Amino acid sequence: MRKIMLAAVIAASVGSSTVMAQSNSTIRIGLQDDIGTLDPARSSQVVDRIVFSSLCNSLVDIGPDLKVVPMLATSWSMSADNKTLTFKLRHGVKFHDDEPFNAAAVKANLDRARSMPASNRKSELASIDHVDVVDEFTVAIVLKAPDAALLATLTDRAGMMLAPKTLTDDASVSTHPVCSGPYKFVERVQNDRVVLEKFAGYWDADKYPIQKVIFQPIPDSTVRLANLRSGSLDMLERLAPSDVASVKSDKNLNFISMSGLGFYDLTFNVSNGPRAPKAFKDKRVRQAFELAIDRDAINQVIGGGIFSPIGQAIPSNSPYFDASIKTTKRDIPKAKALLKAAGFEQLNVELTFGNNTVSNQMAQMLQAMLSEAGINLKLRPTDYAAALNASTKGDFELLYLGWSGRTDPDGNLHQFVTCKGNLNYGRYCNPDVDKLLDDARVKATVAERKPVYDAAQKILADEDPIIYLYAQPWPYALSKKVQGFTPYPDGLIRLRGVSIKG
Amino acid sequence: MLRIIANRALVAIPTLILVSMMIFGLQKMLPGDPVMAMAGEDQNPQVIATLRLKYHLDEPVPVQYALWVKAILHGDLGASLRTDVPVTKLIAQKLPVTLQLAVMAMIFAIGIGLPLGVLSAANKGKALDYGANVLALTGMSIPNFWLGIILIFLVSVKWQLLPSSGYVSPTEDFWLSIKTMLMPAFVLGAALGAQLMRHTRSAMLSVLRSDYIRTARAKGLLRGTVVVKHGFRNALIPIVTVLALLFGELLAGAVLTEQVFTIPGFGKLVVDAVFNRDYAVVQGVVLVTAVGFIVVNLFADVLYVLLNPRLRKS
Repeated sequence: MRKIMLAAVIAASVGSSTVMAQSNSTIRIGLQDDIGTLDPARSSQVVDRIVFSSLCNSLVDIGPDLKVVPMLATSWSMSADNKTLTFKLRHGVKFHDDEPFNAAAVKANLDRARSMPASNRKSELASIDHVDVVDEFTVAIVLKAPDAALLATLTDRAGMMLAPKTLTDDASVSTHPVCSGPYKFVERVQNDRVVLEKFAGYWDADKYPIQKVIFQPIPDSTVRLANLRSGSLDMLERLAPSDVASVKSDKNLNFISMSGLGFYDLTFNVSNGPRAPKAFKDKRVRQAFELAIDRDAINQVIGGGIFSPIGQAIPSNSPYFDASIKTTKRDIPKAKALLKAAGFEQLNVELTFGNNTVSNQMAQMLQAMLSEAGINLKLRPTDYAAALNASTKGDFELLYLGWSGRTDPDGNLHQFVTCKGNLNYGRYCNPDVDKLLDDARVKATVAERKPVYDAAQKILADEDPIIYLYAQPWPYALSKKVQGFTPYPDGLIRLRGVSIKG
Repeated sequence: MLRIIANRALVAIPTLILVSMMIFGLQKMLPGDPVMAMAGEDQNPQVIATLRLKYHLDEPVPVQYALWVKAILHGDLGASLRTDVPVTKLIAQKLPVTLQLAVMAMIFAIGIGLPLGVLSAANKGKALDYGANVLALTGMSIPNFWLGIILIFLVSVKWQLLPSSGYVSPTEDFWLSIKTMLMPAFVLGAALGAQLMRHTRSAMLSVLRSDYIRTARAKGLLRGTVVVKHGFRNALIPIVTVLALLFGELLAGAVLTEQVFTIPGFGKLVVDAVFNRDYAVVQGVVLVTAVGFIVVNLFADVLYVLLNPRLRKS
């Protein structure tokens, strides 16, 4: 009997030590939202991209400074007429099902993303006329018209490559994607986890010490943090701003934050349907709102110091950022004077917002700040899906909304402020802005495009169809065991060089 | 006996039809649109149009309902609009999770509620009775989610005794599965146990006042024997009724508990589906829940007959 017990004890201890060894090379990452479809062509959520960044490779990637860097393509060149973008592809890359990566695979993927009925990438790739396979490792993308944003677009989901043989079955791509990234798909339990394990055949495999990645969606930020503190998670993304101070003072945790590509803003309903208030047609009224808001106070009270105030749609780490546009400082007398000049002493406005802890605090704070300028804000909290619906239909007066941001400035501006822009919920329309932003699309270099964006942004800063409040932050909390993590402005968690110690 | 079951089952059919209509109708009344939720922040109009066509969302609501019912009759609950996973598969994945939670919570509820109810009735007006009542009131008044978060902080973060959330299948690691489910089951069970205690107490009190109890005591039977054998058995009928009704509350409570402890069960599935306007999933899950509720009540009806011979003749 004693022998049996001894054996059991030994077995148990051996068992637990192997468990330890395994857990050391596993990273468990807490996500804010549940993951949607696992098909990069159909994905529509920010959180999906975090999973994709370990699972799939794009043709090109971005560096921390937002410059485009090689990934599956090692080099690229644009033709003199800015209409043919040629990629030289990396040799020896394999998909998770051992299919080789080559020019034909790139063509198959881009063609699918452009033509599949439910593809969310169609508009991003709309400028492509056709894709040519030049030789096994050279592919040429021929454009209908010059598109300066395309290269940056290909760093994201539009440029992600799936194994060609799997492309025929859309449902299977969505539930069991086969890519070429450092980790391959193992399983997904909806609302619970997505598990990836290291792909031994990865071309850069020795830079990835972690063997297994478990993504766990835990929407409640309190519970997400509790899981990190209790050791059930190794890191989490989108820490609640109210928890920043407590994580900073926790000796077992590291806090890392990065200002993102996206923004949170107030959109005026200038002319979208009958609900558009007449007052909003007058730019002085819009400027009065801008002057009544104290972004620094928002950052301190709600943002925990990570809601960096902004005054434009282009992120400060972008080469296109216009440093001459300053964030407006609060000036109540001036706001009142502008309102009065526009013919209003008092103004009653309804603010529509997708309800969550932060947006609720934000709405209340805006309400308090605007009331000092004589603007009475009525709050209309809805859930996110209903807010989207209201914004498209024009069923709102003032809208508080976020945008996750794109690397190229085009993605943060064109669709929001051009007359026919798909996300131009307020239907602001100024042909001068349209012309400038269209123009910036067909110019090729930063030096050529920057002055055009500057000109457009000067108009927008004056006319204020959208008040940019703060840059979308990417705050992470990590166990001290996690080493080598570098944040990127796009918020993706890149596991290259990340390891777990102890 | 069989006739009773057959009768009840027949009555359940119109209920189910009504329920299915309500599920469908309420869902359509929600503001927001599944296709727009699916199209995400990009809101690509082409994508929206394609998806609307694919899921028949451009048809009138009665036609959509008819299509849905037709599919159900063929055993097809559709697929998640968001992830393409068939709803039947999702249900098969999530149902065992919530059942495990429900069963463990019930064990807590019965384990706490019944003995406390019997004890406090037998000791009416004494310190034990008051103590049990205070406990029950506390249990009923504390909100689920609050108790959950407090427990996570104390038990998982501070003392590091139990995992803070998530789910492990019992087939994977039985003890870890029980350990993970312990806190949520307690949180869910505590409130039910409190209600069960109150009902047991009042049922016991009314039984203990009856003549036959006095007679049993008068003929010299032990107090314990009288309370348990003569009292408790007769008090069981109202208790079974309450238990069947509590099952509905259990499912509602599971929704909250699963959110707090991030348990990938039915409750979490349906809440996420509602927020994403994933119609097929909401409809499937609510339908299956309604069927479950009807079955449990059918089971309770049968149990009455078993417990109370007088009902067998009628």
